[in-house]
Amino acid sequence: MFAARLVVLATLLALPAAAADGDIGQIKSATGAVSIERAGQRLVATPGERVRQTDVVSTGPDGAAGITFADNSTMALGPDTTLALERFRFDSTTNEGAFATRLSHGTLAVKSGKIVQQTPEAMTVQTPTAILGVRGTEFLVRAGKE
Amino acid sequence: MRHARSLIVLCGLLLLSACGLKPDVVVVLPEDGGKVGAVVVHPRSGPATVLDKPYAAAHGASGRMEAVTVDQAEVGTIFAAALAARPVPPRSFTLYFREGSDELVLSSKPVFDAVFAEIARRKIADVVVIGHTDRVGLLVENDKLALKRAVAMKETLIKRGIAAETIAVAGRGEREPVVATADEVSEPKNRRVEISVR
Repeated sequence: MFAARLVVLATLLALPAAAADGDIGQIKSATGAVSIERAGQRLVATPGERVRQTDVVSTGPDGAAGITFADNSTMALGPDTTLALERFRFDSTTNEGAFATRLSHGTLAVKSGKIVQQTPEAMTVQTPTAILGVRGTEFLVRAGKE
Repeated sequence: MRHARSLIVLCGLLLLSACGLKPDVVVVLPEDGGKVGAVVVHPRSGPATVLDKPYAAAHGASGRMEAVTVDQAEVGTIFAAALAARPVPPRSFTLYFREGSDELVLSSKPVFDAVFAEIARRKIADVVVIGHTDRVGLLVENDKLALKRAVAMKETLIKRGIAAETIAVAGRGEREPVVATADEVSEPKNRRVEISVR
C-alpha cells in the first residue's frame, strides 16, 4: 500500500519533460555559425536544440546564440565565444540548485534565474581571470583571448 | 596607419573609455523596475570586488581585476551582438479553477489569453503546465484532478494552434499549496494551474 503510494508520488513529482532527461536548456536563437560540442562530437546548433550538462557551446566570428535554461536563467553569446556548461543541477520544486559555466573567450549576456533567487552565488561564470559569483540578475562578461 | 593614429587620439579624448578597457570585463546591468543585482568578482589573484550598482564594472587580465568606470554607449557597442541575442525572458502565469472542476474561474479567462499570446510571440516556445488542488477530497483524487486541470489547459492551447510537443504537463495534487490549510478546507488560491512559458 505504502509502496504503491510511493510509486504514484514518484511519478507525479517527476520533472515534466517535453525535453528528454538530461536536457538543461534550449537554444532559442542562433545566427551565423553556432555549434555544440558534446561527448567529442560537434553538432550544429539550431534554434529549438536542447543543451545538456557538459556541453560546450561555441559561436563563429559572425555567430550569436541565445539559450534559456530550466531555472529560467538565460545566456546570450556574442561572436567568437566559447561557453562550457560545466554543471547544472536544479530542483523545480524547491528551486535549489547549482549552475557553473566557463567562458573561455568571447562575450556573454547573463540573466540569472530561480537558482540564484533561492541561493545567491549558486550560479558562477568562470573566466580565465576570475570566478564571478552571481547574486542577480543581469550582467555582461567579456573574456579576452589569453 | 592613419586609422591607428586617429584611434589613439580618440582613446585619449575618451579618457580610459572603450579603448582603455582590458581584455576581461564584467558589467552589471540595471534590472527592470529599478532594482540592481550584484556580481561578486573573485580574481585568481587579489581581493574580491562586489559590483552592485547599474553599470558598475571591473576589468583586468592575467588573473587580476579592478573596478573601472564604463559608459553605457561603449558597453552597448562591445556587447551589441550578445545583447541582441538575449532570449525573450521566461514568464509565469497562475490560473484559478472552480471547486472540484477543470473549468477556469471567470477572472482567469483573460489570463489564459495572455498565456496564449506569450507563447505565440516566441519563435521557439517551451511550456510547462503544473496543476494543483486545494485539500478538499482524497489525496489520490486530488492528484487526478490536478493533472486533469493541467491537461485541460494543454488541450485548449493545442486547439488554438500551439504545437503539442512544446507543452509538458504535470499534476502535484494538494502537495504544494500556496495557502497552507487544514485538510478538507476549500481554498480558491490553491485550486490553480501554473504555466511557465520559456
